[in-house]
Amino acid sequence: MTIRLSLASLALGLLFGLLGASAKVSDKRVPRLLGGFYTSVVRGVPETVWVLMMYFGTVSAMNAIGAWFGNPQLSLSPFVAGTFALALCFGAYATEVFRGALLAIPKGQKEAGQALGMSNLRIFWRITLPQLWRVALPGLGNLYLIMLKDTALVSLITLEEIMRKAQTAANATKEPFTFYLLAALIYLFLTVFIMGALHWFERRANRGFVRTEL
Amino acid sequence: MTWAERWATIERFLPQLWDGTLVTLQLVGLAVLIGLFFAIPLGLARASRHWYVRALPYSYIFFFRGTPLLLQLFLVYYGISQFEVVRKSFLWPYLREPYWCALITMTMHTSAYIAEILRGAIQAVPPGEVEAARALGMSRRQALQYIILPRAIRIGLPAYGNEVILMLKASAVVYTITMMDIMGVIRTINSRTYQYELFFFVAGVMYLIITLVFTQLFRLVERWLKVDASRQQR
Repeated sequence: MTIRLSLASLALGLLFGLLGASAKVSDKRVPRLLGGFYTSVVRGVPETVWVLMMYFGTVSAMNAIGAWFGNPQLSLSPFVAGTFALALCFGAYATEVFRGALLAIPKGQKEAGQALGMSNLRIFWRITLPQLWRVALPGLGNLYLIMLKDTALVSLITLEEIMRKAQTAANATKEPFTFYLLAALIYLFLTVFIMGALHWFERRANRGFVRTEL
Repeated sequence: MTWAERWATIERFLPQLWDGTLVTLQLVGLAVLIGLFFAIPLGLARASRHWYVRALPYSYIFFFRGTPLLLQLFLVYYGISQFEVVRKSFLWPYLREPYWCALITMTMHTSAYIAEILRGAIQAVPPGEVEAARALGMSRRQALQYIILPRAIRIGLPAYGNEVILMLKASAVVYTITMMDIMGVIRTINSRTYQYELFFFVAGVMYLIITLVFTQLFRLVERWLKVDASRQQR
């Protein structure tokens, strides 16, 4: 469950991050302001608050929407609320990573694309995105590792992930130390695994590039 | 509910919110200061040339950076009481209290991160400066005290500021072990007023304000220590 939650948040968070970064490097004022507002507000408020707010704070809003469609019992499941909250936080940090990466891509390439008659969307898809991936990968990897640990917060809204399971087991057996330590080891194992995977991705993304060495 | 009524509700709970803010600030402040104290030997050992000196701080840092703070908090608060030895020891009156558990866990957590910052900063000190100090006849210890550490502090300060803010945000989980920090107070108010949206919003604004104040404070300290000046010389 922890893995599923973190992957769902990763996918949604990457989308938020890309949108945020495109807004922040935009030529127009309004998207830039919105992007800046998004990153500074989301990064200034604890993840815990976002998780709880998404779950408890949306009850009446969701009820209202539900009533509109004839189902007043509508509410966000812990999984959906947790995914949204984590993705929101991940997206805000990812915005900065993507923005840095976008600025690292030479402007001439975009102009070359325009000269060849490609549409803006096509330029983004064919030229910018493949290179963005390479530059942004180390930063995103770090963020993903941070987010993996933030998934523990979703246990506060009763989602049955590692933390919650450990809690249940600890209460049942009266051996809290054993089970919390076990949970810690699982997190460490996941971290090591992801670090390995990231290393492989980075090697793949960087083939054909010479690494700058000091 | 009108805005005037909303404000009246918030105003009614202002004293509690203020107390919560003080608890949060106190915990974070103590944790990052004591954490810095512990992090200096850790960071120094982590930057050592010998693998056997590096190994212990490395595993400490690996554990604390690889697991969630919430889990560490539960491990200390609920986990330790599993052992008879701890319950019988003279430390038990402290380890029973959520306040001490929160403080101990946060300090250990943040010292792992600060140690890593310090290691990065020490390794970023230009080797030529260290060699120059040694060439001037300074002992290793003197070089560390007068050259490496003052330089490393300036290099690491911006990252330390970030860490303080990360700790501030991470501290929002201590309410789970019944601490009355900002989040703890908010949860209590919520269960009394059922104004979830309103008070989570208030919590968000409070954290946002504290973050902004901290950012400005660190900017002042950076100016005072002339962090920029040391960067330009590179």
